[in-house]
Amino acid sequence: MFPIKGESALLLAVVFGFAFGWLLQRGKVTNYNVIVNQFRFRDFTVLKVMMTAIIVGGIGVLVLTNMGMAKWHVRDANMVGTIIGAAIFGVGMVLYGYCPGTGVAAIATGSVHALIGAAGMILGAVMYAYSFDWVRTNILSVGKLGKVTLPQLMHVPAWTLYGALIVIALLLFYWVEKRRL
Amino acid sequence: MGQQHTKAHSGGGMTGRWSPYLVGIGIGVLSWVVFVVVAAPIGITTAIGQIAGGIVSPIVGAETVATNAYWRTNAMKLDYGTLFLIGTFFGALASSLLSRTFKIESIPSVWQERFGSSKTRRFIVAFIGGAMAMYGARMAGGCTSGNGISQSLQLAVVGWTFLVVMFVSGAVTAAILYRGSRSNHLNTNAQ
Repeated sequence: MFPIKGESALLLAVVFGFAFGWLLQRGKVTNYNVIVNQFRFRDFTVLKVMMTAIIVGGIGVLVLTNMGMAKWHVRDANMVGTIIGAAIFGVGMVLYGYCPGTGVAAIATGSVHALIGAAGMILGAVMYAYSFDWVRTNILSVGKLGKVTLPQLMHVPAWTLYGALIVIALLLFYWVEKRRL
Repeated sequence: MGQQHTKAHSGGGMTGRWSPYLVGIGIGVLSWVVFVVVAAPIGITTAIGQIAGGIVSPIVGAETVATNAYWRTNAMKLDYGTLFLIGTFFGALASSLLSRTFKIESIPSVWQERFGSSKTRRFIVAFIGGAMAMYGARMAGGCTSGNGISQSLQLAVVGWTFLVVMFVSGAVTAAILYRGSRSNHLNTNAQ
């Protein structure tokens, strides 16, 4: 019966998106101060949310794929494009005070500057579309590793890496909670 | 843990706050559900890229958009990703209204402390930041959601590369932007 496709999936998209937006708002990552203060190391809300989501989500998906109930959706690692793109993204995220998802969610919480930044996002997308031919030829084609994962690259089982992630996360959480960050 | 943090300097809007760990578990469990039920990992910016094509279409002409190398394979339509994005908006709206934290905000307090109360200044920087975030996300193939969470939870190289580089780049930007700012009390999380 799964995965569901067609019109039922479109209805579910709204439901799942709704849950995502609800969670972002309750986690207060729709708040400019919370996001910018993560990059200033004064509030670790963003890292707590993301690390927990990655670990809980990752272990669940690993189990589900082993049971044959889910498939992996690993994307190509075009290293040069990913690195340059992420570097530009980091600057943009701090100037904007949101990432694209939390920005859209923040508009819904009354943030006017999030709405202005969303107009900027449209411009950014247009600029990307217009430069896409060049980017594809000169950037995305360099350093292509394919659909590769860290366990494949490092020749260790996925479980080992998830275990290491749990240890790192717990140490980090302990450290920041002691400092009430 | 972390529940009901309220602080005067956070600029309000903190009521109804859930623990970040609970929210992280929620997003993790949501990932299980979407992987199994619709086989479509959480992502945001693909849909925004499509919508951008629809928005500029009347200005630059439908023909230009239809023949553009990017929009040709990313045309605007009410597909799964676009409806997920719409759902995200309404989920945040419902949550903010039901927790009575909906509030019109033009200048956040951390920004105001450093850069003053000029709306124009804040809006210009937000606009530029939004454009850069979107451009970078498209080049990297995803944003904090699609790369940072959905790819990283699969231990994909693309996801972790994105997370680490984005975080370092953001921290350097924040250090430059807020250099000399002594607003230590603007910790938005501590009691």
